[in-house]
Amino acid sequence: MASIARPTTQTIARPVIQAPSGLWSWLTTIDHKRIGLLYGVTAFILFLVGGIEALLIRTQLIVPQNGVLTADQYNSMFTMHGTTMIFLAIMPLSSALFNYIMPLQIGARDVAFPRLNAFSYWVFLAGAVILNMSWLFGTVPSQGWYGYAPLTDNSWNPTRAVDFWMIGLQVLGVASIAASLNFIVTILNLRAPGVTMMRLPIFTWATLITSIMIVLAFPSLTVGLILLMMDRFTGTHFYAPAAGGDPLLWQHLFWIFGHPEVYIMILPAFGIASEIIPVFSRKPLFGYAVMVYALAAIAFLGFGVWAHHMFTTGLGPTVNSVFASSTMLIAVPTGVKIFNWLGTMWLGHLRFTSAMLFAVGMVSMFTIGGISGVMEAVVPIDQHQNDSYLVIAHFHYVLFGGSMFAILGAIYYWFPKFSGRLLNEKLGVWNFWLTFIGFNATFFPMHFLGLEGMPRRYYSYGDHSGWAFWNHIVSFGSYLLAASILVFLYNVARSLQHGEIAGDNPWDAPTLEWSIPSPPPPYNFREIPTVTHRDPLWAAKYGEGHAEEQALDVTVGGKTIARSQAPDESPAREAARRDPVEENTHIHMPNPSYYPLIAAFGLFLLSVGPLFDEPRIHYESLHLPLFSIIGIIVLLLGVYGWSFEPAETPE
Amino acid sequence: MAQAIAEQTQAAGIGHEGTGHGHADHPPTSLGINHRKLLMWMFLASDCMFFGSLIATYMIYRGRTETVGNGPFPSNILDIPYTSVSAFVLLMSSLTMVLSLGALQRGDLRGSRVWLLATALLGTIFVGGQFFEFTDFYHQGLSLQQNMFGATFFTLTGFHGAHVTIGIIWLLTLLFVSLRGGLKQEDSLDLEIAGLYWHFVDIVWVVIFTLVYLLPYKQMPKEGAEHALNLLGTGAHIIATIFF
Repeated sequence: MASIARPTTQTIARPVIQAPSGLWSWLTTIDHKRIGLLYGVTAFILFLVGGIEALLIRTQLIVPQNGVLTADQYNSMFTMHGTTMIFLAIMPLSSALFNYIMPLQIGARDVAFPRLNAFSYWVFLAGAVILNMSWLFGTVPSQGWYGYAPLTDNSWNPTRAVDFWMIGLQVLGVASIAASLNFIVTILNLRAPGVTMMRLPIFTWATLITSIMIVLAFPSLTVGLILLMMDRFTGTHFYAPAAGGDPLLWQHLFWIFGHPEVYIMILPAFGIASEIIPVFSRKPLFGYAVMVYALAAIAFLGFGVWAHHMFTTGLGPTVNSVFASSTMLIAVPTGVKIFNWLGTMWLGHLRFTSAMLFAVGMVSMFTIGGISGVMEAVVPIDQHQNDSYLVIAHFHYVLFGGSMFAILGAIYYWFPKFSGRLLNEKLGVWNFWLTFIGFNATFFPMHFLGLEGMPRRYYSYGDHSGWAFWNHIVSFGSYLLAASILVFLYNVARSLQHGEIAGDNPWDAPTLEWSIPSPPPPYNFREIPTVTHRDPLWAAKYGEGHAEEQALDVTVGGKTIARSQAPDESPAREAARRDPVEENTHIHMPNPSYYPLIAAFGLFLLSVGPLFDEPRIHYESLHLPLFSIIGIIVLLLGVYGWSFEPAETPE
Repeated sequence: MAQAIAEQTQAAGIGHEGTGHGHADHPPTSLGINHRKLLMWMFLASDCMFFGSLIATYMIYRGRTETVGNGPFPSNILDIPYTSVSAFVLLMSSLTMVLSLGALQRGDLRGSRVWLLATALLGTIFVGGQFFEFTDFYHQGLSLQQNMFGATFFTLTGFHGAHVTIGIIWLLTLLFVSLRGGLKQEDSLDLEIAGLYWHFVDIVWVVIFTLVYLLPYKQMPKEGAEHALNLLGTGAHIIATIFF
């Protein structure tokens, strides 16, 4: 396909480059902003699905001996809740922000491989569909998101449930690695002139380091899942002790991936907080370089702590102490980041907009989760707390209190850039406080429950366990949390129609994404900017001395509350910057392409083949799944079409 | 001026992935390395972790492969001379790969095609050798299900063989493009990137060949074997030494 004709509106005299519309344009889009939106909307829907699963879990546990869910259904709920929230909600929500914001922050017109980017999204969607297809066939995974052997063994889990889970994760791994390779090359190679590595916004640094972690951590999961597939499909015994296998091998392979995964989920949140807090403190980020080194240190140490998930498996005192020490060591760079955020806020003109509330909420809630994490790094304490509600409390404080708070804050912060309109601040403040109170009511009592000995993953508990009171509170807290998400959804729906028009830079923020119209045109930058400072827009507006305290305007939602002495941009210069680009000027944008979609569909067919007993091609002792064979052909067609498709229309 | 250059950079810099032909100008990038080449290096880093995990699995179970279950066991089935020949063939294919790239960079299209074909052929001989080895082992009673040695051996060498096969398909595609006139001197980067992948797969084989074939297998006593199972624990010690 040579090109997709771009519809031009007849009433405009000059044909201006516009985003094409319609379903086909979304299916073939390779625009990083659209792919970011696709990621975001899909992941938020899946976040709601995971939330409903959590609400069912909490409804089951609201009173002792409740009968809302059976034990099997309960197992499915916590398995799907964990898998969905980690792989289908938090990771792709971060990915959505990476996609949309990162190229804008480095002054690029798109990512380095736009079609690979589209492919990543469609493969992610395929993985999400495969995992959730299990609901339709009544074989919902129930072995837990960690999938410990031998629970995943054929003899313990003879149905297709584990197959849906392991193949779904395998496909999601392909999507994550493809997307991350793309982000790494983009950040290293597509920076605008003057954007040196040490001038990158911290969010872009977080994107880079998270992507490197994904690229290095996922192969371990891939191999773990391959061995599981061999066990389940070909009858090997990698994880079966009776025949010489070792169930602990799975735990090692899984946590060598799984612990970096924890940082893969939290580093984007650190990046977001590092963007929001300086803007609403009206001060440049405190200790920029150290923030970068801390991110890198966390990522590096994150690969050397996996066995702290295995303190009760009998690795021996030496191994346990080593991993306990390396785990505690991670608290150092993390603490450095927290103090740098505090340092940024110190003596700043603080403006508690919704975005700032969520960012500060993230810092404080994450700190609580971090501290309970250090507690659990102490081996004897961990051996008591292992598999209790204290662990649940800990990782929800870092994953919800950390990652989700930051992501919600990021949506309040960048929504004007996505949509051109501000989210309603009043509703936003309501949203924050409901989330904050609901979150703490849900997860703080879990510390008490854990210390009182309530185990995780139990679908019911006795009348005389003494756990009923706190479980009441926890469940009501979770309903409050659900209500806060409803407020958020209402805010988004309302603001899309009636929100205040944002303008280019409603927060008077310093990074490049705020220098272009909201929403950005397809080509992002009319002229690729040349950057001379770390906070380019503040340097341009306030001059070199912008780092001095109280030199910045205090702007909230487009309204200037307090003014600095710096002159605003001249109207002529602003008009020139905003002038839309005509179609015949020389901005080469790659063409839309349907090959990524075809290749992803091929991979989907290839992957679902083994999940069904029929249709199969029977040849001697082989039973080849027909879908997979068709899938390989479609995948090859997609890849070859993609390889030989000209990326741009020749002139 | 700087902006004009930047604009060119950006304009040319995007959308260049995967096109098998026809980009005379390699766009200047922030690092000065072509996007696709950088992508391949990053992918190889990821693939290192992939093979690292597979090889670790093999090494963990190495102690068990001789003691648990029924034979055949590695010491009575592995044919080192036979596999040495096929390892030599694969290593030589790296040489022909370099010769092909060198020829293309000099503009010697014919030489480049001949060496490209030779590389694909040597790769095919290696995969063919592996096919016969697998068949032979199977007839001697070694299967995936037979014992831990069968499971770990076939999985590790099988995934390596799959990598070589993908490489051969890639090389043949480039040869096809070259014969159609689409792989010229200025497209040598396309060949170079395929070469990066090809050399990586060769290097992995050097590691696998050493660990699976050359390292002697000992009949270990039961307790010794149990001890060997804690190899990942030993890995932890190594990490500890690095950290402290």
